[in-house]
Amino acid sequence: MGWSLENISHFIDSWLYNEFDPTIARLIEFLIIAVCVIGLFAVLGLVLILMERKVSAWMQVRLGPNRVGPGGMFQTVADTLKLIVKEGMTPLNVDKFLFNLAPFIVMIVSMVVLAPLMFAKNFQIWDINIGILFITAVSSVSVIGILMAGWASNNKYSLLGAMRSGAQIVSYELSAGLSVLCIVVLTGSLRISDIINSQANGWWLFKGHIPVIIAFVIFIIAVTAETNRAPFDLAEAESELTAGFHTEYSGMKFALFFLAEYVNVFIVCAIGATIFLGGWMPLHIGNWNGFNHAMDYIPSFLWFFGKTFLLIFVIMWFRWTFPRLRIDQLLNLEWKYLLPISMFNLLLVTVIAILKWHF
Amino acid sequence: MNITQILFWFLSALTVFSALMVVVSKNPVYSVLWLIFTFFCISGHYIMLNAQFLFIVNIIVYAGAIMVLFLFVIMLMNLNQSSEPKKHRWLRMAGVVAGGCLLLVLVAALKNIDIKKQVAETNTGDIGLIGNLGKVLFNQYVVPFEISSILFLSAMVGTVVIGKKE
Repeated sequence: MGWSLENISHFIDSWLYNEFDPTIARLIEFLIIAVCVIGLFAVLGLVLILMERKVSAWMQVRLGPNRVGPGGMFQTVADTLKLIVKEGMTPLNVDKFLFNLAPFIVMIVSMVVLAPLMFAKNFQIWDINIGILFITAVSSVSVIGILMAGWASNNKYSLLGAMRSGAQIVSYELSAGLSVLCIVVLTGSLRISDIINSQANGWWLFKGHIPVIIAFVIFIIAVTAETNRAPFDLAEAESELTAGFHTEYSGMKFALFFLAEYVNVFIVCAIGATIFLGGWMPLHIGNWNGFNHAMDYIPSFLWFFGKTFLLIFVIMWFRWTFPRLRIDQLLNLEWKYLLPISMFNLLLVTVIAILKWHF
Repeated sequence: MNITQILFWFLSALTVFSALMVVVSKNPVYSVLWLIFTFFCISGHYIMLNAQFLFIVNIIVYAGAIMVLFLFVIMLMNLNQSSEPKKHRWLRMAGVVAGGCLLLVLVAALKNIDIKKQVAETNTGDIGLIGNLGKVLFNQYVVPFEISSILFLSAMVGTVVIGKKE
């Protein structure tokens, strides 16, 4: 028995069900999952913020953080400690209940979205039969948290930032959803494990001809906008709105927004890696049996995280390449270009799927 | 009472409570947020009926899209108690009469339903799963389904055209 994540989780599962009665075993499993998810969040936050700073430094020919720990490795740990010990201030004249609730809603939403993601071969929290739809549905709820934060802050910059963010997320969800639908049409299933298994003989990006490549490009643009990242970071355009919807937040509540933003980047990249790049499936090229066997030796979770971090790198790359759009340009791009293109593209993909032109 | 029944009563109480809070809340933003909460509770009922597709569609359409637009409009209007216009007494009377009429219609419609015969299929029913629902929609209800999808498509095209006009 190898030490894959699949075997470890099966071992823990069978041990728990042997030792305790089913209800208690189930509850203990929930607890383990909660601890793992919170741990994953903390690690992702630390790693992604450090990665963002290092990538931006690299793009601008700087060194980036280099004082705390070897090569600045512990910089984000130190920053987090600072944020934790800071006073959680609630300004006067804000709506106290909603103001304090909003960061947690944004955070919980990103935690729930993790449920159907498949991190390694057969390693997943909930294999729901509508996995991909679940992700798009639940991630759209985070708008409510953002609007709540903007309105409760009782600050015009916050409200404007929240409105922009809401408009942006609601409109870009359409093209992101349509590009996801392209793969659903090709696979014929919304279940994440089915989508990954359909890519055993090649990733959809390579199997689906040009329409899938168009869908992939649209997906990457749309999710960059959905996660409020540059060049679409109008919700927190510093030069116009100070910090957008989290202007009034400080200390740990600000950190929660910040963390949720980075985790959302991870989640959308994980979805992209799952549906277009085959999730945990290793790279296989036709009949090169030696090469394929060598690729099979790389553990599946490394494949998944490798692909995800590749996409995260691309999204970070955008930030230092493109200037920020204006709000009208942003909405024009979605409604006049991306949406018609992705609807037409969906038709093309449907034709390909019906005539079985894909490999 | 088994765990399903406990969950059902808990969810139902929560749904009714949050629906009441929609009406009772002084602040319109709170009303909308309670309404969103109500939709989540109703989605919970769908999950208990093993209708996962309906659960997710309820969240996408109501909590994710329509209520966000509600929130948008109400937050932009900046309604609060100081700027609220004084309502005439007759207006309130009209509201009570209209609400009472709706209640009357609902009671009349639901009066003859035999609740005892209709047993909810928890965990066993599979009509709410996406495959079965799709088969029903595309076999029995093809024409209404296609007509409504054309309606939505034309609405979408309409927004793009209106946006392009300027």
